[in-house]
Amino acid sequence: MSSHSVLVVIPAYNEALSVGEVIAEVHEAVPGAHVLVVDDGSRDGTAKIARRAGALAASLPYNLGVGGAMRTGYQYARVHGYDAVVQVDADGQHDPAAIPALLARLDTSDVVLGARFAGEGTYRVRGPRKWAMAVLARILSRICDAKLTDTTSGFRAINADAISVFADHYPAEYLGDTIEALVIAHRCGLTVEQVPVAMRARTHGTPSHNPFEAAVYLARAALALVFAVVRPTAMYESRTA
Amino acid sequence: MNVASHVFALLCALALMAIVVDRLRRRRLRERHAVWWFLGALLALVAGLFPSLVVDAAEALGFEVPANLLFFVSVVLLVFVAIQYASELTALESQTRTLAERVALLELELRTLRGDDDQREESTGESAS
Repeated sequence: MSSHSVLVVIPAYNEALSVGEVIAEVHEAVPGAHVLVVDDGSRDGTAKIARRAGALAASLPYNLGVGGAMRTGYQYARVHGYDAVVQVDADGQHDPAAIPALLARLDTSDVVLGARFAGEGTYRVRGPRKWAMAVLARILSRICDAKLTDTTSGFRAINADAISVFADHYPAEYLGDTIEALVIAHRCGLTVEQVPVAMRARTHGTPSHNPFEAAVYLARAALALVFAVVRPTAMYESRTA
Repeated sequence: MNVASHVFALLCALALMAIVVDRLRRRRLRERHAVWWFLGALLALVAGLFPSLVVDAAEALGFEVPANLLFFVSVVLLVFVAIQYASELTALESQTRTLAERVALLELELRTLRGDDDQREESTGESAS
């Protein structure tokens, strides 16, 4: 796939410290790709730094969450006819060097996840949260008919078919952008697969290992999953042909 | 029920109805929101005019104390209103979300068309924040 038609979307909320570095790494990893930073209502000049680093920047007037930011990115990609969109976090957790590996699989699948626990890298989550994520992964693997081990990964590449689905239907709720998006993809006839990628430690913030928080996380994820499955099919019909 | 409480109940029902109608008249309340309040006011008026109806209805439905029927109907009405509000709030949130996305994309297109650079941006400022 020609990298000229690839749009790398970076949802960023107050990531002025790391977004410039991430953009530079993306340019290095996929030189022909365009980079769009969706500034999710930041107050630290994230958009300005993104522009200086050579990226396009769309500024949301207030914080919508990752789901809203990504939907903005997908809409931009659809309007401008990109063949693929890669989502990369602005905090440096995702290594842009893995982008070509994700893109390479778009010939066979519509949605490719960069999975954190599939053997590569040193990223580890322990305890109850790990079990919660494992349960989710098992259920979603069954729904999507693919072997998935890390369903909450925000590192993913999608092709043009998936772009037009996600531009309309990308969910905005918490956890919807990762879990429900996969169910939507499947229900709209898209195929999903995962590629193992190495993840770096987050530059700031650490995943929680508190059992109570893990339980809340699993409950919310389960709720997101149940509603994703029982939603009326008519909701996923294309709104803009 | 003595005369004073009877009159008080009637006045309350009439006041509620007058408020709802007045709000509707001034377009301060939309019909679909007013319908529940109007229904409530109507029920209150009927109950105020004919208290024996409430007693009969309570007996027919198996309520030991007639007042409990009134409380039950009031709570049901309020729950319906609350659900309607929550659902309209959700619809509004989804609309403002869509608008926010459009605004961000339009600003980006405008910037691209103008060929803006950082200096221009600094003079106009991040007006949103």
